[in-house]
Amino acid sequence: MSRRRSSEVTEGDELPGLQIRVTRADLVRYAGASGDFNPIHWNERAAREVGLPDVIAHGMLTMALANRLVTTWAGDPGAVVECAVRFTRPVVVPDDAEGTLVEFSGKVAQRHDDGTVVIAITARSAAQSVLGQATATIALA
Amino acid sequence: MALDPSFLGRCYPAAGTYQVGREKIREFAEAIGDDNAVYRDPSAARACGYSDVIAPPTFAIILALRAQRVLVCDPELGLDYSRVVHGNQSFTHHRPIRAGDELAATLHVDGVRTMGGNDMLTVRCQITDAAGDPVTTARSVLVVRRENR
Repeated sequence: MSRRRSSEVTEGDELPGLQIRVTRADLVRYAGASGDFNPIHWNERAAREVGLPDVIAHGMLTMALANRLVTTWAGDPGAVVECAVRFTRPVVVPDDAEGTLVEFSGKVAQRHDDGTVVIAITARSAAQSVLGQATATIALA
Repeated sequence: MALDPSFLGRCYPAAGTYQVGREKIREFAEAIGDDNAVYRDPSAARACGYSDVIAPPTFAIILALRAQRVLVCDPELGLDYSRVVHGNQSFTHHRPIRAGDELAATLHVDGVRTMGGNDMLTVRCQITDAAGDPVTTARSVLVVRRENR
């Protein structure tokens, strides 16, 4: 896939949204891939012991999914020069087959003359925003 | 227990290097459900101008976590890791990470403070390649939650 051209982009453009179901199995898989084995991401008892309502998703998994929205749109994932998030609310993942739906949307917040654009991303789960100040800076062709 | 402010400015040099493999990148891409061919197929990566498959933008967390482990396990810091939550995260990519890279990660403590009764630790992981050139800068804010009442 080739990198999107900056000449095709204007401020305010909306990126195609992304709806992703996150299940306990996804958390186990992400734990293994990332090396983050904190038990609050797979063990209900451990989660409750630190005051959480249930097992929560890795914040870094939510951030990775948010960046899928951006890399798919940009065409070339290597175009991402910077990405940042604040983790504002945990994504609670119940022990069932459906898991939790997380919905991502994004739009072009800034377009610079040097061909870089800044995407502002929103992420919502259970009717609440779960990421704050989520942005990605992309060097377009 | 408040964190020791004298940790500000400390630096934990890289303990060994990390060899980036094609299969690890594929495993990470699968874990985030991303089927982009640039993560899997060397010829697709070459068509985008890369010498081998590249890693997703958040792949560097693997190296950042390894580098952080040395700090959070430092008994002098007295951190209760079970109370640590991730507050913020950012990555600045000087170039994409790609298969075949031999990376080194150095951790810097950029902030130690208390806000609203929670301790906050700001760390920066500088990732460089075998030539010593910068690849990725990963910044994390770790929040140590207060004890349950």
